[in-house]
Amino acid sequence: MSTVRIRDLHKSFGDHEVLRGIDLDVAAGEVVCLVGPSGSGKSTLLRCVNALESATSGTIQVDDVELTDPDTDLDAARRRIGMVFQQFNLFPHLTVLGNITVAQRRVLRRSRSAAEKEAGSQLARVGLAERSRAYPAQLSGGQQQRVAIARALAMHPGLMLFDEPTSALDPELVGDVLAVMRKLADEGMTMIVVTHEMSFARDVATRVVFMDDGRVVETGPPAEVLTNPQHDRTRTFLQRILHPGA
Amino acid sequence: MRLRTRRRLTRGAAYAIFVAVLLVVAVAADWGRLADSFLRPDVAAGMFPGVVTTALLNTIIYTILAFAFGLIAGLALALARLSPVAPYRWFATAYIEVFRGLPALLVLFLVGYGIPLAFPDREIPGGLYGSVTLGLGATAAAYTAETLRAGIQAVPRGQSEAARSLGMSAPRSMVFIVLPQALRIVLPPLTNEFVSLTKDTSLVYVLGVTAGTIELTKYAGDALNQEVNATPLVVAGLLYLVITLPLSQLVRALERRTSRGR
Ligand SMILES: Nc1ncnc2c1ncn2[C@@H]1O[C@H](COP(=O)(O)OP(=O)(O)O)[C@@H](O)[C@H]1O
Ligand SMILES: [Mg+2]
Repeated sequence: MSTVRIRDLHKSFGDHEVLRGIDLDVAAGEVVCLVGPSGSGKSTLLRCVNALESATSGTIQVDDVELTDPDTDLDAARRRIGMVFQQFNLFPHLTVLGNITVAQRRVLRRSRSAAEKEAGSQLARVGLAERSRAYPAQLSGGQQQRVAIARALAMHPGLMLFDEPTSALDPELVGDVLAVMRKLADEGMTMIVVTHEMSFARDVATRVVFMDDGRVVETGPPAEVLTNPQHDRTRTFLQRILHPGA
Repeated sequence: MRLRTRRRLTRGAAYAIFVAVLLVVAVAADWGRLADSFLRPDVAAGMFPGVVTTALLNTIIYTILAFAFGLIAGLALALARLSPVAPYRWFATAYIEVFRGLPALLVLFLVGYGIPLAFPDREIPGGLYGSVTLGLGATAAAYTAETLRAGIQAVPRGQSEAARSLGMSAPRSMVFIVLPQALRIVLPPLTNEFVSLTKDTSLVYVLGVTAGTIELTKYAGDALNQEVNATPLVVAGLLYLVITLPLSQLVRALERRTSRGR
């Protein structure tokens, strides 16, 4: 499984500096939960790790590949990094099977039968083996997000990035998706997860990273950061998340 | 209550005016003479089968050729318009603006007579068919490019991001993920462009058509001169409608499907 090494990462959109010097290491098999208020730069950080945004300065290294090096083949690097989006982003014109096979066939040049076999085993992994002929619009949000996870897993990534994977779901569908992520973590996948699901962070994360205003404010095991935060800003944020309306 | 009465009166008046106008026209018109000018069965019968086997067929061939050229060139222009390479964008923008601003007839003249004058020792391949493909297709490409660009931009950003996150290159993501969705979105406007092109083939006669390359409007015009009777125009008009009406229905069906989602 992959390792991630981020050093002094800065990212600006025009004059607006969104990431202000991030240092972060993720060891192989670690599950890091990124938490923090809206607008603190969590999505931007995740998108930089997948090179969907280019860093303004600093370095990001996934295994021995330096994403911030202009000579790096980013398409090749992204194959080994799976990304799961808040809005699922399934391809609506393709069936579930098509969604999971298109990149295998067009990028990895797998044969149709090999790609479909792979898709079948990934669908079984997320508990949707019998929905392979359905179109995304015919699935519930929870099912769509699990297909999106299977789609990413079919490329055999060493690192999985999740950007609020359950935020767009009806509450009763959140559990199925979290269960799949939990299983993935148990199997030793390196994961960076942006989430507001504090119970998931407490039970599954090896480390919680609290971000605010483009900086890492506090980091540590979930038991420490979530129950005994050292910084005021972390405390305030957790108060709001755990006791909304209080 | 008063409002409802007034509404009824207005509605009634509208019908009354309609019927009155119909009556006046019906009484004033010289039906015998009209039928004699526009609906003479012997004149109509004399046009067949040539009007279908040659004229209608050529109209369809010209339309398909120009549309195919417009689609391919339009796709290239749309991609150039969205390209990160600035000169491509400038060229595409200039082309689209210029050709949307020129009358199709002028472009047809340019291709049919201007190019042969400029390159006297070369020929446009395909003879008249080649000139029509280029002459009508050049204008069609400008409209198609704008339609396709709008379609590509209507596909949510998350689609290409998801494709890129799976390791697909930008061109692959365009071909396999974005374009199929964009084409689905623009199917109704593209069909409308096909209908306009069908009508624009009536301009082809200015390039000088022969008995073998004649299309509907010229065919009807010639018959009109020969017979000194307007029936050929009615026949040609009906044949255009045979092509365009089903397509317009198709556009409506497609739009209904799109508005229902998926
Ligand atoms: N493409 C972009 N262009 C301009 N500003 C952006 C862009 N993406 C994000 N931002 C800004 O960056 C800041 C951080 O956004 P984001 O990373 O999405 O935060 P979070 O995921 O923590 O809510 C926000 O102020 C947002 O408006
Ligand atoms: Mg976010």
